[in-house]
Amino acid sequence: MEPDGDILRVEDLRTYFFTEAGVVRAVDGVSFAVKKGETMGLVGETGSGKTVASYSVMRVVPKPGKIVGGRVYYDGEEILSKSEEDVRKLRGEQIAMIFQDPNSSLNPVFSIQEQLTDIILSHNGGMKKEEALETTIRLLDKVGMPEPETRVRWYPHQFSGGMRQRIAIARALLLRPKLLFADEPTTNLDVTIQAQVLELLKSIKNETGTSMVLITHDMGIVADMTSRVTVLYAGRVAEISDTNTTYRKSLHPYTRALLRSVPRVDEKVDLESIPGNVPNLITPPSGCRFHPRCKYATEVCSEKVPPLEEAEEGHFTACHHWREL
Amino acid sequence: MEGTNNGGDLLTVKNLVKYFPVYSRGILLKKIVGYVHAVDDISFSIGRGETLGLVGESGCGKTTTGKALLHLEWPTSGQIVFEGEDATKIFTNGSPERALSMRRNMQMVFQNPYGSLDPRMTIYDIISEPFRIHNNVPRKQWSERVYALLKLVGLEPYHAERYPHEFSGGQRQRIGIARALAVGPKLIVADEPVSSLDVSVRAQILNLLMDLQKEEGLSFLYISHDLSSVRQISRRTAVMYLGRIVETASSEDIFSKPLHPYTMALLSAIPIPDPEKKVMRIILPGEVPSAIDPPKGCRFNPRCKYATDRCRAEEPALREVEEGHLVACHYAENFM
Repeated sequence: MEPDGDILRVEDLRTYFFTEAGVVRAVDGVSFAVKKGETMGLVGETGSGKTVASYSVMRVVPKPGKIVGGRVYYDGEEILSKSEEDVRKLRGEQIAMIFQDPNSSLNPVFSIQEQLTDIILSHNGGMKKEEALETTIRLLDKVGMPEPETRVRWYPHQFSGGMRQRIAIARALLLRPKLLFADEPTTNLDVTIQAQVLELLKSIKNETGTSMVLITHDMGIVADMTSRVTVLYAGRVAEISDTNTTYRKSLHPYTRALLRSVPRVDEKVDLESIPGNVPNLITPPSGCRFHPRCKYATEVCSEKVPPLEEAEEGHFTACHHWREL
Repeated sequence: MEGTNNGGDLLTVKNLVKYFPVYSRGILLKKIVGYVHAVDDISFSIGRGETLGLVGESGCGKTTTGKALLHLEWPTSGQIVFEGEDATKIFTNGSPERALSMRRNMQMVFQNPYGSLDPRMTIYDIISEPFRIHNNVPRKQWSERVYALLKLVGLEPYHAERYPHEFSGGQRQRIGIARALAVGPKLIVADEPVSSLDVSVRAQILNLLMDLQKEEGLSFLYISHDLSSVRQISRRTAVMYLGRIVETASSEDIFSKPLHPYTMALLSAIPIPDPEKKVMRIILPGEVPSAIDPPKGCRFNPRCKYATDRCRAEEPALREVEEGHLVACHYAENFM
């Protein structure tokens, strides 16, 4: 990895949630990087920390969550130590996010026009309203909304789920960010609409050259959209590699097991299920957090946390036994 | 693994229709202003020990179909024949005993394992509740049966004393399956049984369903929007669009040589977990139209790139194009 090519570098990030039941170590020492212009997949199941990690980078972790450690470099600059005001400028103008659920991320009481032009105006002091509206309409047109001039005056409830997600994408693009986080952008959509939205994201990326972090649990979408993958498990990084390597020569038992447990539409396979459940992060398993479910686990796995080692160039794995895999 | 059709059909559905009325706004005078054509004249059958996959996108009527089979939604019209008996007639005119025995034939596993288990009941109570209602197991044998059922779905006897909140989603789904099995059904309607589960847990439940079929000879109606899991588990597959079955065939045929433009688009839309395998994605324009006023002619015509004037005027019948392969498209032969 040449650090110069990274638009984002996350080092040893820790975000905990201080709940009444105890401290949830949702993100517990996560490091990864995003190269300029790439689409990186941030992959994991519920509770793997993929969403919390991206919220941490945006500095929008909801209470009772708190970033308790680590460093995040955006374009070489550390941003966790910045003031809230500076981060607000960064948000939207440099880094933007598309949320999973467009129903709750759009405000139901304001029209699309009000919501979107507001964002432009609040970041561009002297701009005229007409100009902001023009930009909004142009972007709505770009994300494939028919008759954007009329529909910009509509309210969120007047749109279908797929259309709302297009609006959310347009909103993320308003200030031409250089880094886009897309958090499960198609999970709530039907497959044919999902296909439309994925194609849209691809074309936006090709056109604007923006870097993208695609957060998902769908191994099919990862294969289709990304060039590199970071696999998270229970708040830690399991493996980082380019996408082909992830699918062909993974060096982490979790990644391998995950790939073997998903049914495929193109062929019938023998499904190998992963025993057990995703662990509770208040009292996570000792050592390697995957060890209770791992068929390669030995004594050392329950005692020592495996470090993230560079097995081959650009291929990192956190497994004591990667050499035997 | 995905079941065999031996010994004929267990369930036959003929011209099933389910409409939901749409009312005008107003407090005093509510008028019916239209109907949602949720399920509109569909016919299919399920063989003994067979799994039929029912796929489609939200609003296509697949869940309503499943509920109508069990009469959880009363069919507007049509026939549901289980082992030669008309289920609707038994539920309307039959004696309570006969109605209960029909209920025992067909059970349901629900999508949401959080909403479908009563949080105030122990697992023992949840699984033995059907015994109380159906009187199918002598009280002395209840605990023995409950433990046997728990074991069958991969849980332990000591789990019986716990409450639903102590279990993970996958375990809850196992409990839901055990409850459905408690009355010894011949057919289980499984409505998206894995879609709310974690990816790594889905395979556990899919494998459990397939094992149960092998061991207990159960038939399944497996309802899902996830074509990958349908391919995994079903011997035959029916594809629904806007209240109609548009294509049905062996899963092998549906997935390797679909003959309906909608099925083709649906299949091509699914990302394959292999970066070296890129499919030519067919992007369908627009969205599924309203089921209150479905399009004239073929319901898929506004989104179909092959649509002609004939498609806009004449609704295609579901016809057999090859042996066991039924397609509702005027031009199915062109895609062979």
